[in-house]
Amino acid sequence: MDILMPQLGETVTEGKVTNWYKSVGDSVSPGDNLFEIETDKTSMEVPTTVAGVISEIRVRAGATVPVGSVVAVLSAAKGAQSVSAAAVVAPLISAPVPNKALFDPLNPVRSPAKNFGSATLPNGIKSTPLARRLAAQNQIDLSQAQGSGPHGRIVAKDIEAILNSGDVQRRVSHEPRPLPIAPGTAAAHIKAIYSDVHFEESAIDGMRRTIAKRLTDAKQTIPHFYLSTDVVLDRVIALRGDLNRLDEKTPQKLSLNDFFIKAMAMALQRVPQANAVWAEESILRFARSDISVAVSVESGLFTPVIRAADSKSIGEIAKEMRSLIERARAKALKPVDYQGGSASISNLGMFGVSSFTAIINPPQAAILALGASERRPQEAADGSVYFANAMTATLSCDHRVIDGVLGAKLLAAFKNLLQAPLSLLV
Amino acid sequence: MATDFDVVVIGSGPGGYVAAIRASQLGMKAAIIEREDLGGVCLNWGCIPTKALLKSAEVFEKLGQLEEYGLTVTSPTFDFSKVMKRSRAVAQKLSSGVAFLMKKHKIEVLHGTASLEKADAAPKVVIDLKSGGVRTVMAKHVILASGARARVVPKAGMVPDGVRIWSYREALSAPKVPKTLIVIGSGAIGIEFASFFRALGAEVTVIEALPRILPLEDAEISAAAQKAFEKRGLRFVLGANVSNLTSSEAGVVVNLEKDNKKEILRAEQAIIAIGIEGNVENIGLEKLGVLIERGHVVTSSFGKTNVAGLYAIGDVAGPPWLAHKASHEGVHCVEYLAGKKLSGLTSPVPSCTYADPQVASVGISETQAKQRGYEVRIGRFPFRVNGKAIASGETTGFVKTVFDAKTGALLGAHMIGSEVTELIQGYALAMTLEATEDELFATIYPHPTLSEVMHEASLDAYGMAIHM
Repeated sequence: MDILMPQLGETVTEGKVTNWYKSVGDSVSPGDNLFEIETDKTSMEVPTTVAGVISEIRVRAGATVPVGSVVAVLSAAKGAQSVSAAAVVAPLISAPVPNKALFDPLNPVRSPAKNFGSATLPNGIKSTPLARRLAAQNQIDLSQAQGSGPHGRIVAKDIEAILNSGDVQRRVSHEPRPLPIAPGTAAAHIKAIYSDVHFEESAIDGMRRTIAKRLTDAKQTIPHFYLSTDVVLDRVIALRGDLNRLDEKTPQKLSLNDFFIKAMAMALQRVPQANAVWAEESILRFARSDISVAVSVESGLFTPVIRAADSKSIGEIAKEMRSLIERARAKALKPVDYQGGSASISNLGMFGVSSFTAIINPPQAAILALGASERRPQEAADGSVYFANAMTATLSCDHRVIDGVLGAKLLAAFKNLLQAPLSLLV
Repeated sequence: MATDFDVVVIGSGPGGYVAAIRASQLGMKAAIIEREDLGGVCLNWGCIPTKALLKSAEVFEKLGQLEEYGLTVTSPTFDFSKVMKRSRAVAQKLSSGVAFLMKKHKIEVLHGTASLEKADAAPKVVIDLKSGGVRTVMAKHVILASGARARVVPKAGMVPDGVRIWSYREALSAPKVPKTLIVIGSGAIGIEFASFFRALGAEVTVIEALPRILPLEDAEISAAAQKAFEKRGLRFVLGANVSNLTSSEAGVVVNLEKDNKKEILRAEQAIIAIGIEGNVENIGLEKLGVLIERGHVVTSSFGKTNVAGLYAIGDVAGPPWLAHKASHEGVHCVEYLAGKKLSGLTSPVPSCTYADPQVASVGISETQAKQRGYEVRIGRFPFRVNGKAIASGETTGFVKTVFDAKTGALLGAHMIGSEVTELIQGYALAMTLEATEDELFATIYPHPTLSEVMHEASLDAYGMAIHM
């Protein structure tokens, strides 16, 4: 009798065996826990419903397999009646549903035991139940199949074709699968909607595809929250002016952005608990501040990293930024230039945006979005109104790493550094 | 050379007329040639009139069971000529229906007998018109849907004589119910006639050469059917070969050989139902060099024959000799001719026998599945414990499912009982959509219905039936 990987939760497609309580050769009685599994949602123990002897363990602890895969084999207990050859599915436990959905007859039918995923792939293509079953049994990646059914539907014949061709490349890899993206409408359907409008279709290149994927993942998995504050820039504007005049010979001037980068780097030093990233199983805290700076070039968005920005002078930061921007424009950035970083900074002020909320770049835990410097009324000590240059800074935080108070402290540190800018030079 | 039509269809049975309508729907100019009545054998001398007759028989048999329902009728009788007349009226109605459809879809109907002559792109069609004269038409594609007729074995005297020896054709014009009747052949046609005449009081004996009746069905169904029919008084002689059939004023004499022993059976009337032969003669097929095997035109995909521009569909192209198979082939062929993209789905052909009890099946039997190397899971569920069946007083029969143990795919479903010919489409649909046992389990069947037995029969294959 086969013991199968159960499905914990409606959308769960695979599970990880985290621990075996029994070994090959052990006798088990109904109710005995056999192994423990973990999915992206929960973990639990899996008991046996029949008596027997463990004759085979096919999935060792630490391995992740699709729901419905055979995890172990139980043979008849010595002296007991022979166990029927039927495969028994370990009991299904669904994740607790906080709000019970009203019964909707149009909800996609989900068969309980061996689901092997939704009928619709992320790209909108549908597959028949038998095709999904065959794909899962033979570890074939459904998205690699060429659908010959109506509307590109993947039918059993298509999976059989892959099996017969012995095409190993179409096999599913056992890397942790990216979290399921909500099924969207097929490209053809979308193009059909616009069929009476003239459009130019451009293919999605590698960079765009990567950006799309990373940002979608980020938005879907990181619990974002946002903190805003206005930073009065008059003093830093004045300081910048002074510094630029001091070195009249050099054509390379300091930009306000260079000050912002330095301020962010130092703020992270002042609030070291926020100088951290989410590493799935742990949180990594850094000693130095590496700041990823959002740079927009024609072909897309890059975030080159200024390493140890906290210990570099503003001048050094400025020089490095110029070099990185040039290389970004020339598409000459290497992965080493934009991987890593403690936090990011993004400035859309030059386009007149007053404020915005940015999407965190995983695995980072924060990104600072800076708006345009605008003349805004301020109240003076004597109650009169004066105008000052103010900029709205919005900090996006990953609540798993940075909670509200910590984020607020980080933002306050950034503001204070800029509002007392001489501290940036120390 | 300019063509008169895009498609010319020879024969207006369920294969032909459906092909013509589909062609018209796809914008093709179509013509159809019919030498007898529109609708072919199915509508006029087959499927339709027999169902009308069987309905009369069913209702009459119910009259004998009214007590069960708290009703009374005194001395139920029937007027056989009226029963027959009704079946003719039904056939006529449907034939007119086809005429209407041809008109609606602007398909030119040519009444006459067609033959084919060699031409370049597609054979020339020469029609001997009923109204007199000859007309030749050129078409881009010619679809042969000339159907089939009852198989005869003249050597053994198994040829209808229209008096004592009938084929289905003559049986459908029977003047009266014979007191005693011998039916040779226990396929769907033989069984349906046997069931019909039995219901109206005839003493019926069915002779079958193979060891079981309804030999194309799953063995368990054959056994259950035989038992049910015997309960109604039908007699069966199995594993018997008819060596000679003779007729006289007195009746028919059947000489048969069973287990190496000779036997003689006598009756007032005999019906020959020993198979089908394609109508391949006198159409000019030999001259064209059309490949014909065992009385049927050989076809490859989409009904293509070995002659350019000539296609064959339906009974003339081989088994299964079923109207819905002919219609499906007709549509498939025409869509191919129109260049339409294939749906990429295949669908199994269901089989139905409208006797009492009815039999219906789709897919392969348990034996066939094992022969093909499948490891199977079998499910069975009887009607006698089903609420609707009990309430209706129709508790005969059961449903059997055959699953591929490895993939959970439904390989076949076999049913015997009340209304199963209406129920079988559920399984056919499931198989077309490549459902596995999961989807069959998850589908919600309404209660109380006979169809719940279908649900339980699927569940039973996995040891999960609830009501047993």
